[in-house]
Amino acid sequence: MKKCNLTFIAILILSSVLTTAHINAQDRKGPPPNGERKGPPGGGHSPVQTKTLEEIEGYKIGDVATDFELKNVDGSTFSLSDIKDAKGYIVVFTCNECPFAKMYEDRLIALHNTYAPQGYPVVAINPNVSEDNEKESFAAMQKRAKEKDFPFVYLADEEHNIFPKYGAVRTPHVFLLDQEKKVQYIGTIDDNARSPENVKVKYVENAIAALENGKNIEPNFTKAIGCPVRAR
Amino acid sequence: MKKTVLTLLTSLLFLAFTKGHNSKAVPGEVNCIDDIPVYDFGALEPLLYTDSEKTHIVNFWAMWCAPCVKELPVFKEYAKNHPDVEMVFVSLDFPEDIETKLKPFLKKKGITSKVVLLDDPDSNSWIDKINPNWSGAIPFTIIFNHKNRSFYEHTFENIQELQNEVTKTINN
Repeated sequence: MKKCNLTFIAILILSSVLTTAHINAQDRKGPPPNGERKGPPGGGHSPVQTKTLEEIEGYKIGDVATDFELKNVDGSTFSLSDIKDAKGYIVVFTCNECPFAKMYEDRLIALHNTYAPQGYPVVAINPNVSEDNEKESFAAMQKRAKEKDFPFVYLADEEHNIFPKYGAVRTPHVFLLDQEKKVQYIGTIDDNARSPENVKVKYVENAIAALENGKNIEPNFTKAIGCPVRAR
Repeated sequence: MKKTVLTLLTSLLFLAFTKGHNSKAVPGEVNCIDDIPVYDFGALEPLLYTDSEKTHIVNFWAMWCAPCVKELPVFKEYAKNHPDVEMVFVSLDFPEDIETKLKPFLKKKGITSKVVLLDDPDSNSWIDKINPNWSGAIPFTIIFNHKNRSFYEHTFENIQELQNEVTKTINN
């Protein structure tokens, strides 16, 4: 173990003395020690995605994605088929609170403003929408869409049955569909979430360009750190 | 003045050590959450492998990840009950938040195990190197020693569950 600076130890000890009462109080609220509260093996009641990528029965490249009827933040019901003359769809699972989702909001707006006129609109879906969570409620979605002036639809997967079909496991998670709703690219928007100015590879833009030029999309599957999608 | 401060400090230290028996921190295990190194994947990678029989648990988490925060007490308790297990928390928080948010958060949660911060933006390039089955969502946990290794894109609900997985992995 790395040795701490003595000063740090002193500060640490001092602060631990000063906060002992607080820590003890917190401990009482904690879970019972040694797993008295035995859950089923594998944590079947976990509110988060517990399946591995192998077990997730989401779409693979080339699968035809399902259309849906989901409530948009303007109160209307939206389906992919509502977009006339679409050449494809940038379907993105995102949410209000995840910092990675937030870091990409402006880039999603830019993507839509660039590519919707070319036939590739952004379709944002919140897989985490829940009236039990004030930060991810439908009203919170409406508020966020208004604050950021989203030019694209922002849909609530209220029944939580669309994101599992796609296989969305984190936010943001992009599924680029072609005109026939065939999945052409799955993954992240670009290679630098935190710093747009340091992006080297724009995966989604490259995929659209390849699609437009009838070329193979390479890569057509990428991964990124993101917030887990909360499955009920 | 200087002397007064010194006396105060010494007496406080004395107090701290006499209270040591009740305190959760094992003597000598006062850990370096005051020193949270920032690593890229290359620097982190050696922490994910070992030549020793000792059980290692590496947990990828972040303050912004609610299920991660929820399972922190499970790892904390487990580490406390198993001082022989090498526990490392890999934070995916942002380097600029280390002083203002991460350290206070760890103190509040009573985390004394090793914490490192992974700051390597092109995650697509290293997620598969850790485990091809990992989607990139967190929490993500690796249990391993020199022989065996298992991966969990999963939230541990309680210590028993973690214990079972450690036993299954290491005694395999």
